[in-house]
Amino acid sequence: MGNVVIDVMLKPEILDPQGQAVNGALPRLGFDQFTDVRQGKRFVLTVAGEVTDDVLAAAREAADTLLSNPVIEDVVSVRAEQDVQSVRAEGEAR
Amino acid sequence: MRIGVVTFPGSLDDRDAARAVRAVGAEAVALWHGDADLAGVDAVILPGGFSYGDYLRCGAIARFAPVMDALVPAARGGLPVLGICNGFQVLCESHLLPGALVRNDHRKFNCVDQRLVVENAQTAWTSDYEVGQEVVVPLKNGEGGFVADEATLDALEGEGRVVFRYAGENPNGSYRGIAGVTNERGNVVGLMPHPEHAVEVGYGPSTDGLGFFTSVLRQVVSA
Repeated sequence: MGNVVIDVMLKPEILDPQGQAVNGALPRLGFDQFTDVRQGKRFVLTVAGEVTDDVLAAAREAADTLLSNPVIEDVVSVRAEQDVQSVRAEGEAR
Repeated sequence: MRIGVVTFPGSLDDRDAARAVRAVGAEAVALWHGDADLAGVDAVILPGGFSYGDYLRCGAIARFAPVMDALVPAARGGLPVLGICNGFQVLCESHLLPGALVRNDHRKFNCVDQRLVVENAQTAWTSDYEVGQEVVVPLKNGEGGFVADEATLDALEGEGRVVFRYAGENPNGSYRGIAGVTNERGNVVGLMPHPEHAVEVGYGPSTDGLGFFTSVLRQVVSA
């Protein structure tokens, strides 16, 4: 079993009210070194088998059509990630 | 004259939209998100609400509903289509209209009687208004901020495709105070405020919304 991890961020020129709310809360907790916060989205798409090039290509297409809106968002990364359990299982098998 | 009103899971102003259609003497046809065709209607309204719970992005999942497979080419072919609030968000997600709607800059749900200025009285849905006319209709949303890049905003203004602008204080941080826009052909219009809630005395702040429905009636009859 493998995962594809997709990160989506609002484009820099698009106002991010959620990020601003977080940015406003940080100094109240004493975190006064951060000047801005932008909040994004992460999608984890799971496949039954391995993450092949075809799976990655399909994930990129899904990212560009449904998971992001190119008018306001950028897909900043699409990458394969082995899920933790199968990595552990492999380690134990060795 | 038959005007379709699409109901998605989570639509909530579909009945008011149908009522507004009947208020001007047209027949309201209920369309379902799972329908494969538009039942031969003369125009379509995508109503307000929270389709698919606003999950992912407002309108993002509704955009891929089966009925949209029929609606998108019909709209490109000239069918009058009006998107109100969530319907506007669906039209933007479908790329039938430019830009997108994001969370209000003040981060609160806003419910007010909103003053708007008409800036384009040549669309299928606004021909019964006059440029510069001020109207008052309800505005109620959490994600009503219209955004687009500078080039798109300049093009919209240059081509006269800003249909309505907020009068007075900007209620949600919409870029350049834009409340509603149209496509190049003028048959597709989307706006965040709700004209369908302002069509009958005693129910809403005015009857200023009636013009949308009388406009499209005239448009279809003369077409």
